Amino acid sequence: MAERDEPTGALVRPYAVTRGRTRPKLDIAIEALVETTVRGRAANSRPGGAHGQEQQYISTLCDGRLQSLAEIAARMQLPLGVARVIVADMAADGLVAVYEPTSLDENESVGTELLERVLSGLRRL
Amino acid sequence: MAVRPGRVTSAKIVIAGGFGVGKTTLVGSVSEITPLTTEAIMTSAGVGVDDTRNVPGKTTTTVAMDFGRISIDRDLILYLFGTPGQTRFWFMWDELVRGAIGAVVMVDTRRLADCFAAIDFFEHRRLPYLVAINCFDGVQYHNADDVREALAISSDVPVVSCDARSRESTKNVLISLVEYVLSMRRTRATAPA
Repeated sequence: MAERDEPTGALVRPYAVTRGRTRPKLDIAIEALVETTVRGRAANSRPGGAHGQEQQYISTLCDGRLQSLAEIAARMQLPLGVARVIVADMAADGLVAVYEPTSLDENESVGTELLERVLSGLRRL
Repeated sequence: MAVRPGRVTSAKIVIAGGFGVGKTTLVGSVSEITPLTTEAIMTSAGVGVDDTRNVPGKTTTTVAMDFGRISIDRDLILYLFGTPGQTRFWFMWDELVRGAIGAVVMVDTRRLADCFAAIDFFEHRRLPYLVAINCFDGVQYHNADDVREALAISSDVPVVSCDARSRESTKNVLISLVEYVLSMRRTRATAPA
């Protein structure tokens, strides 16, 4: 089994898939949304275009579907920190877009507007 | 509507409370996906996972959080995150409350003390919260005023009853929380400096 990518799951030492790195290139919030870019989709369909099966999985999962970092980690059965390192790498390579949550306090009116949208959305449920 | 077009974004609400109080049930009653579980790993040192080779005695702890998702709009998604059951895993709570709209503290009136730590934490972090009394089997054992008094919380913190299994009931709890957060902002905005 040497030199071959192992399936991700409980049998793999979590940080093996990040080659031991625990610091992401980009700090990504747990609820930040991730979406595959055109470039990411192209890389995914080209043999050898995506790096490793984790990146391929994420490209497919987030293709046309917004998924949070938490969802990606949960669906891949990877710890949050590991998923964060992989997604940050992909964002640095332009394979995915990362949409950070809107700060509620940085700009009062932007925060209030977001809360009002959430409120009316909940009422429509 | 004065919505900036094309700005994809998300928001989150934290669901806290003692073990077995119904956090995952509440999340599941309103989530559009079956609640998922995400895990975070902490070493006993908390940082520097790279150095584990040199510290053979170091132990790791895995903390699991259940969460659900509600698409408010095509470009706005609300997540509901249940806090880890054991309050000793505070390291994860920091990440959970950062940027959150607010929190729902679920209470089982038979085990009121289970929620004390969560209330302390949210008050310390100044995260708005409301208390939701989960009425198991539709029975409410104590009224809201008794619970408010027992928890020694401020009179403006909403205390509501809910049935965590009911979508409509959970929806109303979330609406109450967001209304409360909005009213706090308005009060703050009009208060003299």
